[in-house]
Order: sequence, then structure tokens, then C-alpha cells
Amino acid sequence: MEQLFEGLLNDHLGFVVWAAVAFILLLILLGKFAWKPIMQAITERERSIEDALLKAEAAKEEMARLTDENEALLKKARIERDLILHEARKVKEQMIHDARDLAQKEGARMLEIARIEINNQKAIALADVKNQVAALSLEIAEKVLRKQFEDQAKQDELIADLLKEVKLK
Amino acid sequence: MNFSHILNSKKTALSLILGVFLTFCACNTFAIQHEEHVKEEKNAEEEAFNPTTAILEHIGDSHYWHVLGETSIPLPVILFTDKGTEFFSSAVFHHGTEAHQGQFYTYKLVEDKIKAVDANGEVDKEASSHVYDFSITKNVLAMWIAGTLILIIFMSVASSYKKREGKAPKGLQSLVEPIIMFVRDEIARPNIGRGYQRYMPILLTIFFFIWMNNLLGLVPLFPGGANVTGNIMFTFVMSAIVMLVVNFSANKYYWKHIFLPDVPVWLYPIMIPVELIGVISRPFALMIRLYANISAGHIIVLSLISLIFIFKSIAVAPVSILFVLFMDVLELLVAFLQAFIFTMLTALFIGTAVEDHH
Repeated sequence: MEQLFEGLLNDHLGFVVWAAVAFILLLILLGKFAWKPIMQAITERERSIEDALLKAEAAKEEMARLTDENEALLKKARIERDLILHEARKVKEQMIHDARDLAQKEGARMLEIARIEINNQKAIALADVKNQVAALSLEIAEKVLRKQFEDQAKQDELIADLLKEVKLK
Repeated sequence: MNFSHILNSKKTALSLILGVFLTFCACNTFAIQHEEHVKEEKNAEEEAFNPTTAILEHIGDSHYWHVLGETSIPLPVILFTDKGTEFFSSAVFHHGTEAHQGQFYTYKLVEDKIKAVDANGEVDKEASSHVYDFSITKNVLAMWIAGTLILIIFMSVASSYKKREGKAPKGLQSLVEPIIMFVRDEIARPNIGRGYQRYMPILLTIFFFIWMNNLLGLVPLFPGGANVTGNIMFTFVMSAIVMLVVNFSANKYYWKHIFLPDVPVWLYPIMIPVELIGVISRPFALMIRLYANISAGHIIVLSLISLIFIFKSIAVAPVSILFVLFMDVLELLVAFLQAFIFTMLTALFIGTAVEDHH
């Protein structure tokens, strides 16, 4: 047993110490100048990738939301348009209807006025005709009378008749 | 244990691999037996190729870094002795053939271990026990090279994270990021749970340090080829750090589970020691697992290469190379797998220590 360990420390302690020094030095140097920045960079990049993915997902959702919204808006607009068109048509019909009504009424009214006017004019014309007829009749009568009373005897006779009539009454 | 019969029957590859498996161990006991065995071997066949020594040399630590053929790089030797510190190049040993007269003692390389010797060149055990070897050996250097590589890679990656903030990864960054994410999402998060961020630095460091060392160990050329993670001292350090981290981050539930488990009080004399052994045995298992897996891979590859020298025939080379290629590809997987398992079990132990009950 003694022989087994004889000189073990003498021969190998140096190597153990050098190995330990090498490893610990390596650990410290790498830890400070390599692992720390590398691990930091990797973690940082992973985080940024994750962030980017999350953001992309959010953007996609936002996009979908916007598309949905657009679609809804479009749908609404279409409905509104239809409504407006419908209303316009209704209004148009109403207007035509109203116009026709109005025109009819106006026509009727004008017809009435025309009829009245015609009647008036007719009455005036008739009155005029009557006057003229009366004037003519008077003229004729005058002329007739004048002719008749050109003869004195006849005048006397008429006066005599008239006097007789007055006396009778 | 006597392996001479295995080594002498140089015809059966199977028994060789088996023998290598049984013999691999860098411990002193085996080394001593091994030494005796080498002497026997040398007496029997002077020039014979000894795969065991060759393989153990390759997977073991060394004061030289063998590059190619006869070329090897001498490495600095640092010795802390009771009288003072010594510093010289390992070239002075001439691959263990010569002793070196230092300032305080005379040193010699014995089995690639530095021992103080007396005037006659015999190992002086008393003096040797005062000499602590703090040399920058092949494994220490390989480990530092791996560490430097990791530092360069990850600092540049970190700077590109700063430069390209918030952008997609590019180049080296995109190669490394999935692995970091793997450690985070497959290892840390499921095993530790809430608050895993605190342990990310240590888990990542453990993972990449072990992996890089495993991979460099598979490269047969100079900057690689060292068997760092197949060195039990290295895995010991790693698992000791894991044990410290686990126990220092443990919460009261963890300690309650150890010292006041939910069993009848009369079972405590059994349960508490068992739990305490558990505290030690888990990192111990980590240590052995990594060490054995990586060493075994190296040994198999080296054994397959050794076949060429055992058969003394170039004709074996294609077969060997094919098998080695297969093994190397497998080892590539094992390199990742072992780093992953080590890190995952670390995370699991931390997870059990910081788990919130009720």
C-alpha cells in the first residue's frame, strides 16, 4: 500500500496544480469574456425573436380585425346605399304622383276658370247682341213709326184712339 | 501478474489487445511490475519491439514532446525541493540516459519521472520525497494549448456577437452557437431546472475543455497527440472541481437527505455512511469514466498500429490503417460523447443538489 502511493504527490502534484490553474483560469476568462456576452446575446436575441413573433401575431390579429371592420363597414354602406336608393325611388314616385295630382287639379281649376270666362264672355256677348237687337228694333220701330206718321190723318186717328182709351179708364 | 507469455506470443493480435487492456494503467504499482517485466524482456530479446511500453509511453505523460522520428521537443522542468526551486530544460536528461546535477540534488529521469539520485546513480528515495515535480510536461502544455484555443475561439465568437448584435449568427459563430444551445437546452435546463443560468459558465467550460482536449488527443501530429483527458490526474482535477461545485451549491434539502434521510433512525448508522460515500463516489465515477474511455480509445488505436511492428511486415499496414481509421472515427464520436456525459452528469449532480423539494 505504501509502495502504491510512494512518490504520488512528488510526481503528480505539479500536474494537478497546473491542471487546476488552467481550468480555473479558463473558467474565469471565458466566464467574463466569452460566456457572459454570448449567453446575453443569445438570450437577448431569443427575447427579440419572441417579441417579434408576438408582434407579428398581434399585427395579424389587428389586420384580421381591420378587415372584419372594413367588411362590416362595407356591408353597412351597401345597406345604407340600398336604403337611400329605395327612399329615393319612393320619393321619386311620390313626386311624380304629387306632380300628377297637382297638374290634374291645376288643369281642372283652369278648365273651371275658362268655363266661367267663357260663360261671362257669352253673357257679355249675349247682352251686347240684345242691346244691338234692341237698338236695331228701336231704330226699325222708329223708322216704321216715322213712316206711319208721315200721314197726318193717321196721327189724328191714333191720338183719337189713345184719348178714347184714356177716357175709358 | 505476469504478461511475458502474452508479449512473447507475438502472433495473436487478440491476446495482445487483451493483454494491453489488462495492463493499461499509469499507477506506480503497475509501473514497478512493468519495470521488472521490461528488464526480463530486455534480457530475453534485446531488440524486440515491446508494444506495452510503447503504448504506455504514448498514452502517458512525458517531459518531452515527441514530434517525429528522433525529433522531440524538450520541455521546461520546474522542481520545488525542500531547499529551493530548480528550473532547467528536460534536454539535459538526454531521454533519461543521463543524470543532471542540479543546484540542490542530482536528478535522473526514471520511467519519465524525475527522481533524485545519489552519487552512484541509484534512486535516493529519501531525497526524492523532497522533490516536487511542477514541470511543464507534455500534458500540461497540451492542456494549455487546448485552453488557449478555446479562449481564442470563444473570445472571437463573443466579439462577433457584439459586432453583429441582434443578427443571425455567421461563420464560426454559427458553428459554435448550436453547441452552446445544445449544452443549454439538452444539458443544463432539463437537469438543473430553475436557476440553471448560474451554472452555464462552468458547464460550458467543462464541456468545451474536455471536448477540445479529447479532439486534440486524436490528432497524431505535434500540437495534438497528448492524452490529456486519458490522464487520471486530469480527470481527478475536473471531478474534484465538480464535487466542490456540487457540494457548495447544495441546499438544505440535499444535506437533509444525507444526514437526516427519511428512514427509521436505527438505519442511520448505515444510511449516513452510504450517503457520504455517494457524495464521493459520484465524482469518482466521473473521473474513472472519462479516463478509462479516452485511454482505452488511445490504447486500441496504438495497439492496431503496433501490429505493424509486431508482425514486422508492411503488409499488415493496410489492415491496421483501416481499423485505425474506423477507431478514429469512433473516437471522434466518443470524444464528443464523453464530454457530453461528463457535463450532463455534472449538471445532474448540480440539479440534485439545488433541487427544491415540496
